[in-house]
Amino acid sequence: MDNVIRSRTPAARAGRLLLQAVLVVAALWYLLPLAVMVLTSLKPLDEIGAGSLLTLPEHPTLAPWLKAWGSACTGMRCEGVSGYFWNSFAIVIPAVIIATLIGALNGYALTKWRFRGAELLFALMLFGCFIPFQVILLPMAQTLGWLGLSSSRAGLVLVHVVFGIAFTTLFFRNFYVSVPDELVAAAKLDGAGFFRIFWRILLPVSKPIIVVSVIWQFTQIWNDFLFGVAFSGHDTQPVTVALNNLVNTSTGVKEYNVDMAAAMIAALPTLLVYVLAGKYFVRGLTAGSVKG
Amino acid sequence: MKSVSTHADAWRRGGRPAARASLTGRFQAWLPKLVLAPSVAISLCFIYGFMLWTFVLSLTNSRMLPSYDFVGFAQYARLMANERWWVAATNLGVFGALFVGICLVLGAGLAILLDQRIRQEGVLRTIYLYPMALSFIVTGVVWKWLLNPGLGIQAMVRGWGFESFTFDWLVDPDMAVYTLVIAAVWQASGFVMALFLAGLRGIDDSILKAAQLDGASLPRVYRRVVMPCLRPVVFSAVMILSHIAIKSFDLVVALTGGGPGYASDLPATFMYAHAFTRAQIGMGSASAILMLGGVLAILVPYLYSELRSRRHG
Repeated sequence: MDNVIRSRTPAARAGRLLLQAVLVVAALWYLLPLAVMVLTSLKPLDEIGAGSLLTLPEHPTLAPWLKAWGSACTGMRCEGVSGYFWNSFAIVIPAVIIATLIGALNGYALTKWRFRGAELLFALMLFGCFIPFQVILLPMAQTLGWLGLSSSRAGLVLVHVVFGIAFTTLFFRNFYVSVPDELVAAAKLDGAGFFRIFWRILLPVSKPIIVVSVIWQFTQIWNDFLFGVAFSGHDTQPVTVALNNLVNTSTGVKEYNVDMAAAMIAALPTLLVYVLAGKYFVRGLTAGSVKG
Repeated sequence: MKSVSTHADAWRRGGRPAARASLTGRFQAWLPKLVLAPSVAISLCFIYGFMLWTFVLSLTNSRMLPSYDFVGFAQYARLMANERWWVAATNLGVFGALFVGICLVLGAGLAILLDQRIRQEGVLRTIYLYPMALSFIVTGVVWKWLLNPGLGIQAMVRGWGFESFTFDWLVDPDMAVYTLVIAAVWQASGFVMALFLAGLRGIDDSILKAAQLDGASLPRVYRRVVMPCLRPVVFSAVMILSHIAIKSFDLVVALTGGGPGYASDLPATFMYAHAFTRAQIGMGSASAILMLGGVLAILVPYLYSELRSRRHG
């Protein structure tokens, strides 16, 4: 695809320069909000009104970060976002582990132990990936109440697992389809059971798809706002909800530098995952779409 | 695959060793179903059951709390007569069309340009895609700051000497919905680029060389040969993007709060406001059901064609 035209005339060379320039300008557009976010979060408040978006901080300071972390007001309380940051982890970690485990077993059962109706069951579950969640919010709120889980972290873990397994099952099913059935058939003949085959044959080759599933779930749940705002209490809000409250708290002077620092804090975990494991992140994004 | 599964079926039917027919053997045969059962039960209950439940609620006059006094389709009628709902629905049309359209053009354009043996391609790709890792809340907070007329882009450009430069869409009821488009395109267009790039890389080089040997110009090659090959990519991208558009909730909350007034409301925020803060559970449920209808209208043709192509492929 890339060796379409390789002429070396001056016009072609100018064209390539232009091409490169267009791409760099596009990159700057994508980077602008991040740059502004970082710059603003390092400025003292008086520099914000005086300078413009892209002026470098004259007296760079970490005070907005410290305030966002420990003492900024989110609604009624003024304890920063730190507690909510850890809330997010307390919700994300169990939800990711449980959903990935269930998804792996489901994908395995669906592909290596095919039975009548398996495809139908899969289609049934897959539908969970697509519904607008507004359609389950009210019954979910009531059910969480009945289960005694309203406004609790455990309740949010449950919700995220319930709506995560559709995706994780999809990932693992599509991955296990390409693992040769002969291996499994041979093991069955040798008398190996369901879990033994999973443990010995499927799990050892599953590392890439486990990474994809974990990253996808982590990003989705960390970035969730709808479930967080609908089902959490004051103490159990995830960081996205706290960030929104912090930005919209209208008492006193508006501290944009603190807002930006809080936004950075909320964004850092997923950004870090993206930088460290971008390849898997993209694979997760495209897994459900191109390959189906 | 087919042959292997029939082989396994044959094994299961006939060649089963005697020992396997024992109790443990029968248990083993049931295990896969047992493993799947909880997930299926959860889906049935939490997805299908809850959808039905919401539909039932939409037929009642529930306000603060769910009640089960049925009023038929009165809530839908109220919804149809509700100006705010029409603002939200129209906004979704405008937002959805622009968001999907711009993302496609930008994504395809960037992918084609990136595909020309560009220096530092990996770095550029990483930069284009990183917004997709962010929460829509973070995106909303940042763009709210950038679009703030007093301190953001407008102020910056005025500071450069263009005193009359005006970019105050965030506080303009007629334009606020377009700020949602800007932020959402910023977030998702890199993803579309990645989809297209993967599609481009999957095209067989020899087809292109043949087209060039026939004397086709580069734009012509793209229009006549490459684009038709990318039709499935366009299709999935449209699906995913319209899905994001219908579900958009966090972005509106963080960027415009649905305002000024309710000028930039979308159905998702309309539903949340009525069901959770305005004590209109019945009408909120009705709007949720209509959202589901919208998703299904897009999804059903998609799944249909997916299943068909898989059967033929």
